[in-house]
Amino acid sequence: MEIDPFIFRLSIFILSIFVGYYVVWSVTPSLHTPLMSVTNAISSVIIVGAIIATLSGSSEKIFETSNIFGFLAIILAAVNIFGGFLVTQRMLQMYKKKKK
Amino acid sequence: MSANLSAIFYLISGILFILALRGLSSPETSRQGNYFGIAGMLISIIVTFLTVGNFGTGFIYVLIFLVIGGSVGAYIAFRIPMTAMPELVAGFHSLVGLAAVFVAISAFLKPEVFNLGTVGNIKLASLIEMSLGASIGAITFSGSIIAFLKLRGIMSGAPITFKGQHLLNLILGLTTIFLIYYLCATQSSNIFWSIVAISFLIGILLIIPIGGADMPVVISMLNSYSGWAAAGIGFTLENTALIITGALVGSSGAILSYIMCKGMNRSFFNVILGGWGASEQSSISKNNEQKPVKNGNADDAAFLMKNASSVIIVPGYGMAVAQAQHALREMVDALKKNGVKVSYAIHPVAGRMPGHMNVLLAEANVPYDEVFELEEINNDFANCDVAYVIGANDVTNPVAKSDPQSPIFGMPVLDVEKSKSVLFVKRSLSPGYAGIDNDLFYRDNTLMLFADAKKMTEEIVKSL
Repeated sequence: MEIDPFIFRLSIFILSIFVGYYVVWSVTPSLHTPLMSVTNAISSVIIVGAIIATLSGSSEKIFETSNIFGFLAIILAAVNIFGGFLVTQRMLQMYKKKKK
Repeated sequence: MSANLSAIFYLISGILFILALRGLSSPETSRQGNYFGIAGMLISIIVTFLTVGNFGTGFIYVLIFLVIGGSVGAYIAFRIPMTAMPELVAGFHSLVGLAAVFVAISAFLKPEVFNLGTVGNIKLASLIEMSLGASIGAITFSGSIIAFLKLRGIMSGAPITFKGQHLLNLILGLTTIFLIYYLCATQSSNIFWSIVAISFLIGILLIIPIGGADMPVVISMLNSYSGWAAAGIGFTLENTALIITGALVGSSGAILSYIMCKGMNRSFFNVILGGWGASEQSSISKNNEQKPVKNGNADDAAFLMKNASSVIIVPGYGMAVAQAQHALREMVDALKKNGVKVSYAIHPVAGRMPGHMNVLLAEANVPYDEVFELEEINNDFANCDVAYVIGANDVTNPVAKSDPQSPIFGMPVLDVEKSKSVLFVKRSLSPGYAGIDNDLFYRDNTLMLFADAKKMTEEIVKSL
């Protein structure tokens, strides 16, 4: 009997939750705000779906309804990707060691 | 690019995202972690372009929209003041949520693009996944908007409650589940739109009853939701990078919510069901009689601290509101010149989001190795000469340890009263967020400094 590929994805999902659990507990509390902004940035990898939505159709019909939603999603995700990583970087720059 | 090869690259992105979070375990490795995150994102995007392999006009449009969104994001990232981080994060959550909704809509309208079947004949599993992704995304979006408005002060932070609220939420939640089931049976687009609409409504209803003081929990919770929404879409698109990321973000947000709840000694459900601070009036009334307080000025404070050998600073959100963090650091610098050992004690809910106070202090160039968390420093108060409480209130209230009647009983608090003397900078004797009187004001070793946090700190700097 063949295993449904869904089961593999589910396995990845469950294991990632465990990885996330242990990794996040090891994050130092003083960096919890950067943690939130960086998780924000990486969750915008949803842009992958938006790109597929806009580019996979036929080239003549660029502005079909479904593509427009894809384009909107690209803008939103791009705001988040750039904004999220840059603001995280800005915050992390401030965490410096004591000047001796 | 073959599907197998791109799947491998998506897996690599996922691993880079894990390393990005791993980097945050210490400030030294954190910047490197952020670069891992950026690399993961770049790989994902480039691989997607190569897999789709369409570099026609559409590709140009995608790049243009990427640049537009990217510039807006970069502009916001550079301009935002650190005090406004909670709003920013809430705003960003809403974008992730809405993006998830849009991708789900797009997949529903044109399933063949994503290999999910054809319109009216979408695979059952995909239909469930995309409607879950859209629903959670919509809740994240509208909930984050409400959180944003409350944090920004556009909407009052007071909890909005009405009769039958929880029942209504329950009914709406069950309706959504029923509609998803119905959608699977009929594939009707009207039902899909109804699911999205009802989810927007649930998001609003879920956040309005939660008060301003509970915002740290709300932001963390919405962080978690945005992750689950991404994971839902990841299952629909059969994309490993998205599934891994969604799971990471989802569990990260959940852990932060847990930490915040523990910091306030409240259960998660207690926060979600809302309405704190509005009803607890009983404990205030009995404390209304005039009690003697010792009142001091900047010179007294300067004298006390100059002659101390160790000082612990306890900052709270009030410090950030008064923009006193830079003045505070000057004061600490002056004290250090006098040979005083200074450290900072941070309560888990000192700011308005997890770790907020640490960022504010870091911005004022306070070295992170002088900043300590509650558990690390709480025993040191007993050996400390002066505790300087600035803009904090409830998190220092000894009542949390002694009075089981108090609404904050059991909340972990900083043992400020154990230090030899306490300097409490506050504008008046008014109670804090929790609406309860602070016993600390009336202790013999407490000197109240009635003034604006920034002004008082600046005056102390002068008299040092």
